[in-house]
Amino acid sequence: MATILFLEQCLNGLQLGIMLFLMAAGLTLIFGVMGLINLAHGSLYMIGAFACAAVASWTGSFILGLVASVVCAAVAGALIEVGVMRRLYQRDHLDQVLATFALILISSEAMRWLFGSYPLYLDVPEVFYGATNLFGVLQYSRYRLFIIVVGLLTAIGIYLLINKTRIGMRIRAGASDRQMTAALGINISLIFTLVFALGAALAGFAGALVGSIQSVDIGMGEPVLILAFVVVVIGGIGSIRGALVGAIIVGMVDTLGRGYLPQLLQLVLDPVFANTLGAALASIAIYVLMIIVLIFKPQGLFPAHG
Amino acid sequence: MKKQLITTMLSAALCLVPHVEASPVKVGMITTLSGGGSGLGVDVRDGFMLAVNNANNSDLEVIIEDDGRKPSLAVQIADKMIQKDKVDILTGIIWSNLAMAVVPSSVNQGILYLSPNAGPSALAGKGCHKNYFNVAWQNDNLHEAMGNYANSAEHQNSFILAPNYPAGKDALTGYKRFYEGQLAGELYTKLGQTDYAAEIAQIRASGADSVFFFLPGGMGISFMKQYSQAGMTIPLMGPAFSFDQGILQAVGKSALGVRNSSQWNKDLDNAANKTFVADFESAYGRLPSLYASQGYDTANLILSAMQSADIHDKDAFRAAIKSAQFDSVRGNFRFGNNQHPIQDIYVREVVMQGDLLTNKIIGVGLKDHQDAYAADCAL
Repeated sequence: MATILFLEQCLNGLQLGIMLFLMAAGLTLIFGVMGLINLAHGSLYMIGAFACAAVASWTGSFILGLVASVVCAAVAGALIEVGVMRRLYQRDHLDQVLATFALILISSEAMRWLFGSYPLYLDVPEVFYGATNLFGVLQYSRYRLFIIVVGLLTAIGIYLLINKTRIGMRIRAGASDRQMTAALGINISLIFTLVFALGAALAGFAGALVGSIQSVDIGMGEPVLILAFVVVVIGGIGSIRGALVGAIIVGMVDTLGRGYLPQLLQLVLDPVFANTLGAALASIAIYVLMIIVLIFKPQGLFPAHG
Repeated sequence: MKKQLITTMLSAALCLVPHVEASPVKVGMITTLSGGGSGLGVDVRDGFMLAVNNANNSDLEVIIEDDGRKPSLAVQIADKMIQKDKVDILTGIIWSNLAMAVVPSSVNQGILYLSPNAGPSALAGKGCHKNYFNVAWQNDNLHEAMGNYANSAEHQNSFILAPNYPAGKDALTGYKRFYEGQLAGELYTKLGQTDYAAEIAQIRASGADSVFFFLPGGMGISFMKQYSQAGMTIPLMGPAFSFDQGILQAVGKSALGVRNSSQWNKDLDNAANKTFVADFESAYGRLPSLYASQGYDTANLILSAMQSADIHDKDAFRAAIKSAQFDSVRGNFRFGNNQHPIQDIYVREVVMQGDLLTNKIIGVGLKDHQDAYAADCAL
């Protein structure tokens, strides 16, 4: 029984990690290529979730909702890049942080005007309801398995796009030397808009996938944004591979910490105190992990331009 | 029958009280109208303003400002309302941490504060104040009722969880204060946590026969969806906050059948409540929530005090508030010594009516219940 629970918790950790990867991938891509700190990433995540909830409730189709989330977030991303970000590449990070922070407030209020103050309804399709039997012993939620599969496919997709295609080559060139790439006749502005829209689409996609098992609510993006930043910092800023590894480590540490720290402490401490202390330690575990990684690897586990 | 007779006599007596030529009363409402959790503030405001508009009393003036759920902003607004707008009464705050930032300093400046929602224990016991009235509940009350209900439902092995912050600890303490069975497990989760896979796995492995949880706002929506998506069938219990009219549609069918405790529901059979539910629906086009009912009661309480006392005679006005001579939508309502409600707390079940999820009262959790801190209050 204990082994089965441990296995289930490991799967839960993997699944949380994959979810975090979907959120962090867009963030690290935008930072890695454009050198831009985008605090509004959480808002794009929210926009994706709201778009999916709205379309899924109009049409009754979760798949159409997912498509809508990607399209809406990408369009919002492209508009933001052209309207705001393009003017800020030459400025320092503080200006970018201020501008994107303003975007958080603006998009939250925009969602409230459009959809009202109450959380929206979004549920997983009927086929994903319930648990499936793994290896004959373990009951595991079907939708969570679906998230693991989709997340891994997304990771492979991004890897292939950046490393194996012509557009990926141009993106990498633009990241290394913007002016030289432009001098070679490549429309670098267009590339940057595309990258920003791609990052936004990833955030929106994550918002829709995750929103269907969580709550679609105003301000849902900000807690996620903090976790995504932790993942990005641990993995190495700008590295997609780092984001994947960092996300899975964070997911594991967080889940196993929540699952086992209080019990472990009960072996040596009074149960009530162990419970409180365990809960407190579990909730800071990933930040402790971040500090440890930064002490030994200040650039993160996989530095992008090392 | 006897109760009805008393009510009739009371209302007759009230009509005979000579109408006081009251001076105008200015109420400042500080509540959360933007950002996360704004649904609660909007409901309190709408319920409050419904009563104000129905009364059509030109002596009552209300100014409303949005605190954005930020304690610092709430403090600024309170200072402005007290010093510049010269309000007599403050109300509206939803969250306990904001209430703790605003209430103590305001009531010490002689401002009356009527809480339509938050009821932190720090303001109910030793920290009670003659200018502070809570019209909703003390924070522990709904959880206590659920603990008591668990005994009568013969649950003997509850798994309990709440976020790791003061209100979460109060919640589990409140549940345990009345619950007599064993605990299959007790967990404090991270505040704002959205993924509960690890907790659900532990509940599944614990052999519990029931689960009590207090996870307000989005946390509760996430937990319930994931709980039912994981195919869990152990009965869930919780306070009304995660099963409120504003939130239920977002939870969806995962909430069906869940038992929850509340001091109010729209099917409570009394005239004031019937009027309230009908008026609210026609004014705003949606069903009222628990929070709306609390806002509505708060406004009616102020209006009733204005009928019998002048705001400038602070002692008389406080006494008028404390006597609570208004028709509460909850039916029986009175204040205890610490100026918190003594009231019935019901157990409700989430049901489907037409294509709308809503609650139905199935029993009484605690009758005529007073909070556990009243004895420590010197009032």
